[in-house]
Amino acid sequence: MTARHPRTPAPLLVIGQRFLTQLLIGQRPRRTGSLWPSFHSRWPRWKWVSFLFILPRRRRSPRPQSGMKVRPVLSDPEKQRGRSAAVAIAALVIAAGIPLWWKTTETYRAWLPAARISELEALQLELRVEVEVVFARGTLSPEQQKKVPASRMREQTYESCCKSKSLCLVEADHALHTLTETSCGSVVIYIIPEASALLPQDMRVYVGRSRTALLRSQVASVVGAGLPEVLAALDPQMEQVLQTMSFNHQDVTAALTDRLRPGLSTRDSLADSMRAFKSSPGYEITFSLLNPDPKHHQLHWDVEAALDAYIYPLLHKMAPVANFSVDSQILYYAVLGVNPRYDASASAYTLSADSLAHVINPVEARLGSNAASSNPVLNFLLYVPDSLHSPLIIRNDQKQEVASNAFHSPRWGGIMVYNVDGAYGNDTQFPVDIAIDMSRVMGVFLSQLRLMLGFQQTGAPPGFVLEAAGREGVAEWELDRLLWSRSVENVATASASITSLAQLLDQIANIVINDNIAQQVASAVTALQAAVAELEAGNLALALEHSREAISASERAFFDPSLLHLLYFPDDQKFAIYIPLFLPMCVPILLSLLKIFREVQQHRAEKRAKRD
Amino acid sequence: MPNIIAVVCASYGLAQSVCDGEDLPARAERFFRSDHTNNWAVLVCTSRFWFNYRHVANTLSVYRSVKRLGIPDSHIVLMLADDMACNHRNPKPATVFSHKNMELNVYGDDVEVDYRGYEVTVENFLRVLTGRLPPSTPRSKRLLSDDHSNILIYLTGHGGNGFLKFQDSEEISNVELADAFEQMWQKRRYNELLFIIDTCQGASMYERFYSPNLMALASSQVGEDSLSHQPDLAIGVHLMDRYTFYLLEFLEDIHPASQANMNDLFKVCPKSQCVSTPGHRTDLFQRDPGSVLITDFFGSVRKVEITMETINLTVPGIPLERFGGEPHTETALAYVDQLPVAQIIHQKPKQKDWHPPDGFILGLWTLILLVFFRTYGIKHLKHIF
Repeated sequence: MTARHPRTPAPLLVIGQRFLTQLLIGQRPRRTGSLWPSFHSRWPRWKWVSFLFILPRRRRSPRPQSGMKVRPVLSDPEKQRGRSAAVAIAALVIAAGIPLWWKTTETYRAWLPAARISELEALQLELRVEVEVVFARGTLSPEQQKKVPASRMREQTYESCCKSKSLCLVEADHALHTLTETSCGSVVIYIIPEASALLPQDMRVYVGRSRTALLRSQVASVVGAGLPEVLAALDPQMEQVLQTMSFNHQDVTAALTDRLRPGLSTRDSLADSMRAFKSSPGYEITFSLLNPDPKHHQLHWDVEAALDAYIYPLLHKMAPVANFSVDSQILYYAVLGVNPRYDASASAYTLSADSLAHVINPVEARLGSNAASSNPVLNFLLYVPDSLHSPLIIRNDQKQEVASNAFHSPRWGGIMVYNVDGAYGNDTQFPVDIAIDMSRVMGVFLSQLRLMLGFQQTGAPPGFVLEAAGREGVAEWELDRLLWSRSVENVATASASITSLAQLLDQIANIVINDNIAQQVASAVTALQAAVAELEAGNLALALEHSREAISASERAFFDPSLLHLLYFPDDQKFAIYIPLFLPMCVPILLSLLKIFREVQQHRAEKRAKRD
Repeated sequence: MPNIIAVVCASYGLAQSVCDGEDLPARAERFFRSDHTNNWAVLVCTSRFWFNYRHVANTLSVYRSVKRLGIPDSHIVLMLADDMACNHRNPKPATVFSHKNMELNVYGDDVEVDYRGYEVTVENFLRVLTGRLPPSTPRSKRLLSDDHSNILIYLTGHGGNGFLKFQDSEEISNVELADAFEQMWQKRRYNELLFIIDTCQGASMYERFYSPNLMALASSQVGEDSLSHQPDLAIGVHLMDRYTFYLLEFLEDIHPASQANMNDLFKVCPKSQCVSTPGHRTDLFQRDPGSVLITDFFGSVRKVEITMETINLTVPGIPLERFGGEPHTETALAYVDQLPVAQIIHQKPKQKDWHPPDGFILGLWTLILLVFFRTYGIKHLKHIF
């Protein structure tokens, strides 16, 4: 039997006790190959009883009699001190602790101009077009001429030798353009007499390349010839002119398609809005030459000169709208991915309209892009078919040949097929050097580029003659049209961004709003209000500038990387974090406060009982 | 939602303009069947470690289908949390198989992974969706969709009721995902969105969506587990999950001109094959699912218009130029010798014959023998010698 050991504290492990026993008894464990028999031979069951004497036991204190609670007896000043200590700690926690915790767990939110942002939600846009109406000699009867307050009387005659009607018109237009200075967004309408030979018989309106229009009308026959009546008589025709030259209901709803209910825009405007790119600070344009057959065709294209001559003027004119970056490349052994069918009747290979949709994807995988920014990319591809599949023509739905031999995809770009089989015969030595006619190619690409950038396919109302844009690429009134729709679109998008950002920041209380975001929002709101004011005043160029500022500031604010709403905490997680921290501290405080409160109540009850 | 902006034109009023549509009815119909002009795909695998091989194989099989049907790499954001093809435990390096007996290698030659390894986090995923990436992020890591983009989002990994686990260390909840989609809608970053999730209790992830034009599919309902399909005995792990396996088989039959619609997709993997019950949600989607083509989301069928108008830039009278016909005598171009290849290749062939076991195995056997003899006594040696 083991000797009784002195009291050892409870945390000592059983193994420690075992070794202690061995030391005192003088027995050492024998070394054997296995632990199992040795352990049981040394610690038979009856020996485990010894632990009862080794482990600490509770001191046997006298049991208190039932009904009497044992409590430490405190004197009154001690009780008072205890009570005041508890109250002081509670006061400290509530007065200093809670505000401190609140302040340190607050997220930094810079101030946003909430009032101005809520004003933006109910924004009313007013678009004003400055129109100058010039009456040519012979349109007004003499009494009308007296009554009409002429702001400017110009006695200018111009002699024009009319070789052909169209040249005459262009000259006249050019001459008139030099008469008045037109600012961006304004329109000048010249009223010419009914009997004038300038316009062909069936045409009533001629819209030139700059912002002027010639309107043929009979005004002298209007009765009651004051200025308002004259203008009222011209009203419907002038309205038509303005809707063609500036904007109409379709354009504005198309610019606002995102923010309006579906169904308000017609199909044509929807097609236009799908085709053109959304307003963006910049665009990347890539011109690619695809040569699948370098063994036979050695192609030369002077793309830099062609770009200088044909594309850059247009892009230069569009500088107030966006930045453009242009590059070009040549791809060898790039195939179309669709097998053209040979048509014996035309003795050519044909691509039907249905198969065109599948042409783009295999090619796009091969087109590299050195675009470093996130701007949208426009691709213009010139495909020269290989000698086995030449000539290659595109057929439309009615199986007719397409004159341009080109097609485009909305918001992507265009592809033109350029046949070179006419440049060489059968017995030439391959590879053949071929120079590509860039003017033809650029003519197609320019028209596709116009479509992509938002110049709509102008369907002129009956009786109108719209002068073609020609080498400049775009007429000034077309550009104005684009600027109107872009300004409206920018204002709409910017205001929507800001209002939804404010809503988001309201909803998620945990997002940190840095100073730079607040600054961006404030500058966006200011620029928006300026843009709306300029649109009301009719200054289109300034309005566009302000709207571009507004949209870039609002996009930067909305897409700032610091606004991440990763801070969603489900309620049970919040409890799980705070309870272990605060419960051990708060429970004693609350209980002591309760106890004090009960004591005070008891004291008051005793006092009242004493008084009674 | 901001109120509708009212437009008041001061001068000369606005009347309905003359309709100038000249589209042919049939082509207009085809053009307007769906509103999208481009397609994007965000494919995410959220699990690490070798035994989650099947999640990487799931994602890669969807990637392969989506690429085959036409979406280019520039429009796919592929996020793989671990590298199985070059994992040390992969007996066939540079491959990820989806069918047992190594029938189909979904890794292929031209996989382009945009977010790999530890870059696949909840934060990066939400940043990709909402567009709030730092300005230095390259274009291939961004989701540059616009208001006419259809986006396919595919998530796979380990999930639970209301959450999806990323990288074994964090999770994304269904509330956060719904908020991310709402922010995408506010900025019109999508036209229509198809959300597919293949995890346990996947249906809980789409319960909280509230933005329009969302369609969602999940591989299992709340309370059910999604099961894996078949192990390959040579590789040693399960290769695919059941739902995605049957989804891949369904997609292999789709070609770019196919007219299969979403109702067929809802029927993929019934309970008899999948053991779990796949679910779907279409109440937020505006079009009827029967009229939505599979290729609207999985493929990229471009809308195409013939260019009718051209601008006449040619000055008449100048004929098409042709360079002079002298043959160019160009010297054939050749690469400069950059590596001494001949010297590198001149190596000794590897010995393939038997050699005695090396140190580790020798030591292991010695240890086993030692322990044996210690336990049972040295006398047993007499049975050997």
